[in-house]
Amino acid sequence: MSQRNTYGQTLVDMGAVDKRIVVLEADLSKSTMGTLFEAAYPERFFEMGIAEANMASTAAGLSITGKIPFMASFSVFSSGRCYDQIRTSVCIPALNVKICGSSAGLSDYGDGSTHQSIDDIAIMRVLPNMQVFTPADSAETGRILKYMAETEGPMYIRLNRNPLPDVTEGQEFEPGLVYTLRDGREAAVFACGVMVSIALEAAELLEKEGVSLRVINVPSVKPLTAESVYAAAEGAKCILTAEEHSVMGGMGSAIMEVLCANRPCRVRRLGVEDKFGSSAEGYAPLLAAYGLTAEAVAEAVREEMRCVQ
Amino acid sequence: MAEPIQIQRIAEKSRKMRHHIVDMIGCEDGKVGHLGGSSSICDVVAALYFYKMKTHPDNPQNHHRDYFLLSKGHAALVQYAALAELGYFPLEELRRVKTLGSILQGHPDRTKTPGVEANTGSLGMGLSIGLGIALGLKLDKKENMVYVVIGDGELAEGQIWEAAMAAASFKSDNLVAIVDRNRIQATGAIADRMDIGDVKYKWEAFGWRVLEIDGHNIREICEALDSEREQEKPTMILANTVKGKYISFAENNAAFHNGGLSREQYEQAHSEIDSYMEVVK
Repeated sequence: MSQRNTYGQTLVDMGAVDKRIVVLEADLSKSTMGTLFEAAYPERFFEMGIAEANMASTAAGLSITGKIPFMASFSVFSSGRCYDQIRTSVCIPALNVKICGSSAGLSDYGDGSTHQSIDDIAIMRVLPNMQVFTPADSAETGRILKYMAETEGPMYIRLNRNPLPDVTEGQEFEPGLVYTLRDGREAAVFACGVMVSIALEAAELLEKEGVSLRVINVPSVKPLTAESVYAAAEGAKCILTAEEHSVMGGMGSAIMEVLCANRPCRVRRLGVEDKFGSSAEGYAPLLAAYGLTAEAVAEAVREEMRCVQ
Repeated sequence: MAEPIQIQRIAEKSRKMRHHIVDMIGCEDGKVGHLGGSSSICDVVAALYFYKMKTHPDNPQNHHRDYFLLSKGHAALVQYAALAELGYFPLEELRRVKTLGSILQGHPDRTKTPGVEANTGSLGMGLSIGLGIALGLKLDKKENMVYVVIGDGELAEGQIWEAAMAAASFKSDNLVAIVDRNRIQATGAIADRMDIGDVKYKWEAFGWRVLEIDGHNIREICEALDSEREQEKPTMILANTVKGKYISFAENNAAFHNGGLSREQYEQAHSEIDSYMEVVK
């Protein structure tokens, strides 16, 4: 199941119980899967047309009347196109608007750079009053959406376009916390989104070489609880972060801010190296072109291990 | 239909609001304020708050209230003046406008000022927010109205047209936009800076019912607000106004879009407001 299908279905399930939930889309509901809500509750579904700025401020207005609006588009558009609207209409007054950045990162591999967000985590987390979530799989997406609907305040959730392996089975979600999915003694990688399953693959590769890599899932980039991060990093000889996002300003930077505020610390950030995306014939080749593979993560760990030797 | 005594009352309130606006700007060195654009829409705002809208100063969150949004948020002083006169907060708060810790910020802030529904100031967003409120009201089958004041310079913002298009598409007949057509923006005449062309025609083309009025004729303002709504169409009231109205040195003067007053100008403004305000043309 893909995260975006979970988005559509979870909205329908939640919307059945909480009539305050309304959904706004900008002509991409067949992709974001907001279309499922349209079919179920057409009177609470608002097709806003290709007008993201209006969509965001209209969502603010709906929240003023007590509704719980979920607005979605491709993450480049739902975070970037209406940035001032999110800042001013939503975040300054801390209104209860939920923003979905769908097909985030490089996951829309065919459409190319204009449709690939490598900056959305950065620009969303720097807004006061905004919370930023980066689920690793479908189940986590469902848990976070539930939290979003039940808790007041502006929130942004970043979803991959493509099916992802299930990696968070049996887990809970609490905003701020990071979750160690695989223990490891030597190196630790904080990962989010698709990079979680990729980091787990890297850990398998490294185990064969006698290197144990701890893999920590970061589903909540903001808030980010310092104690949770310290505990997860405890004892690791080298620390890395991995995200399908620029190495500047995203989850890796957030983790680094927390760790380095505590003590001088070397952190190797893996991600998109300050470049825009591009088209590819498939998701795997695109990730490979941008160095976001299990082998690339493993190689980075090996390099870091050599550094600390 | 507004009775002469009601029109008289609105005019009286408008005059008081104009005095408050001048006082909030004051004449201290370095203090500036949006005199021009607050003065131009003052009669409309007075008619809304003291005649047309259902207001609840004792309970700003009252479910039956009408909603007022100042999309041209820089004219915050005119809204603060109205809210103070209605008793949403004590009059002496006006003396603390734009100071540290004040409940009256430089642009409307719903988290700090009782009676303010949304944060505006970044132009072009208020109509969208008003649309969202109008849509929410309709979902709940409520009869409350939403009034949004927009600047004519603000019409250059694309988002205004996104909202205009959407409001007509959603048949939001509980939404009324008022355009403060004072024809001057911060850096000069709109016709010279970015000509917005035929405003009435454009809004009609976007599917709105448009009424054009003299924005300083209180009877015309009330008649427009009272006029029968066209079913399934939002309404735009195009108010022809004068930037800096009733203050001779500020009238039609872009310098007073956001400017300071000397002591002489401050006193002159107060005395001119009293001398020149007419009740009904």
